[in-house]
Amino acid sequence: MSVLVYVENADGKFKKSTFEVVSYAAAIAELLKTELIAISIGNVNQDDLSNLGKYGAKKVLNASTDNLKTFVNQAYASVIAEATKKEEATVVVLANSFTGKGLSPRVAVKLKAGLVDAAVELPKTDNNTFTVKRTAFSGKAFATVELNSEIKVIALNPNSYQLKESGSSAKVEDFKPDFKESDFRTMVSEIVRSSDKIALPDAELVVSAGRGMKGPENWAMIEELAKVLGAATACSKPVSDAGWRPHEEHVGQTGIAVSPNLYIAIGISGAIQHLAGVSSSKTIVVINKDPEAPFFKVADYGIVGDAFEVLPKLIDAIKAYKAHS
Amino acid sequence: MKILVCVSNVPDTTAKIMFNSDNTQFNTAGVQFILNPYDEIALARAIELTEGGKGTVTIIHVGEINSEPTIRKALALGADDAVRINASARDSYFVSAQIAHYAKDNGFDIILTGRESSDYNGSQIAAMLGEFLDIPSISIIKKLEIEADRATIVREIEGGKEHLTVSFPFVASCAEGVAEPKIPNMRGIMSARTKPLEVVDAIDIAQLITFKAYSVPASRGSVTLLSQDEPEKLIGLLHTEAQVI
Repeated sequence: MSVLVYVENADGKFKKSTFEVVSYAAAIAELLKTELIAISIGNVNQDDLSNLGKYGAKKVLNASTDNLKTFVNQAYASVIAEATKKEEATVVVLANSFTGKGLSPRVAVKLKAGLVDAAVELPKTDNNTFTVKRTAFSGKAFATVELNSEIKVIALNPNSYQLKESGSSAKVEDFKPDFKESDFRTMVSEIVRSSDKIALPDAELVVSAGRGMKGPENWAMIEELAKVLGAATACSKPVSDAGWRPHEEHVGQTGIAVSPNLYIAIGISGAIQHLAGVSSSKTIVVINKDPEAPFFKVADYGIVGDAFEVLPKLIDAIKAYKAHS
Repeated sequence: MKILVCVSNVPDTTAKIMFNSDNTQFNTAGVQFILNPYDEIALARAIELTEGGKGTVTIIHVGEINSEPTIRKALALGADDAVRINASARDSYFVSAQIAHYAKDNGFDIILTGRESSDYNGSQIAAMLGEFLDIPSISIIKKLEIEADRATIVREIEGGKEHLTVSFPFVASCAEGVAEPKIPNMRGIMSARTKPLEVVDAIDIAQLITFKAYSVPASRGSVTLLSQDEPEKLIGLLHTEAQVI
């Protein structure tokens, strides 16, 4: 018996969300009194792999053949399922990232395993049951799901579990899976990353703006605020619908749900669909000139004021704070 | 080109989400159900791709008879025919196993879903279908172009985009950007009434998960309001009280 965690990399590097899933999976292994084994697919250097021991992995399986350089979810799912069988894992943990979302359902079907995605807490194992809490109804609720299958697959939401350093270095083992030719039917032609921007889905700090900004030409201020804070930028639905900002910045019920430590909403009134996408943010700051804006009801801190006057002052204040600390 | 579009019946996006008294079931009283907004994007693209006699669009839905208005709406938007698998949509594994069972003998070139349903937000159906059918699946796509029997797809990844190609048959889940949702016109609504809607029985599928209980997020304390001349104070509170910067 063991717990297996898939450690996703981006261009050969692990991100914080990967250390989160390893910490989370290590806590599950502890709960089940067993060991945590990690599976890495693609090209990650040995030091980074053995460093996963710091977050609780005892051993790291390294599948790094040439055909696994870019993500092909069918092939990656086969590798993870094979590693699960080899290590007799009963719980498989992945990140509920864009990649994880394409991967975890395939892994679950291969293993005839129950799947809980968008998980936000450690499992509970009372009375011989195994339950996991996940978000539901676009962030308007949580659901507790019982897994009845022998093998269980859990996909953890970003920013839902604190990093925990517990171990030292992990043993790294080469893993050579068996492939089917048919696992490689998608071909990646190009990967484009905007290197100067922080990815929204797993950002810890988010600066989001709405129609109150009056037009796309006024976004320089939002971008500057995000830059001085080290935050990702986001927007409301009307803003992306109007083409002021790209769709991938749209936060809310039909866009993406975020769960940062800090969400700053500027000139967004707070329609129920938008609030659904931000409800699991730890701290919410609302800046709006309308004191009746519904967003203030779910905010922790609010400034009633004109964004065009507040933002320059806020940017200066953050610069002063950053210079100080 | 034969396209299958999987649709789900979800609470209206403005619905207040409430549960029964012991919090074990979603309380549907007074809740209006709609065609899942993400599925509308998938359907809109399927219709664009098959326009002018280039193919057909079939709708598939797993649900009971009360979801037929949603299927009729999908037909009104321009789909050619529909299939309803007559069972309550227990979970994603159940739903995708049912759809895979129907799809495996019907020769679809492309199967599209929305990126997730707006109720259980699983993003699971497309990849599960791909696995059940042993064909490629691409989740959360932003762009879909077809040339002969190949697709060029742009998929969202953290902080960027991945461009890829795949041959028929494949499954993809569609997000914003793939197409603009359409509004049904009167002719569509009229013709939807007489378009074929086949009802098929569900197959037996093992139950791997059970939804046990629901809860709503804890409400936040009251808001601390500051004046617009106090940005330093806000920064101080975010540092010392909220401890987020």
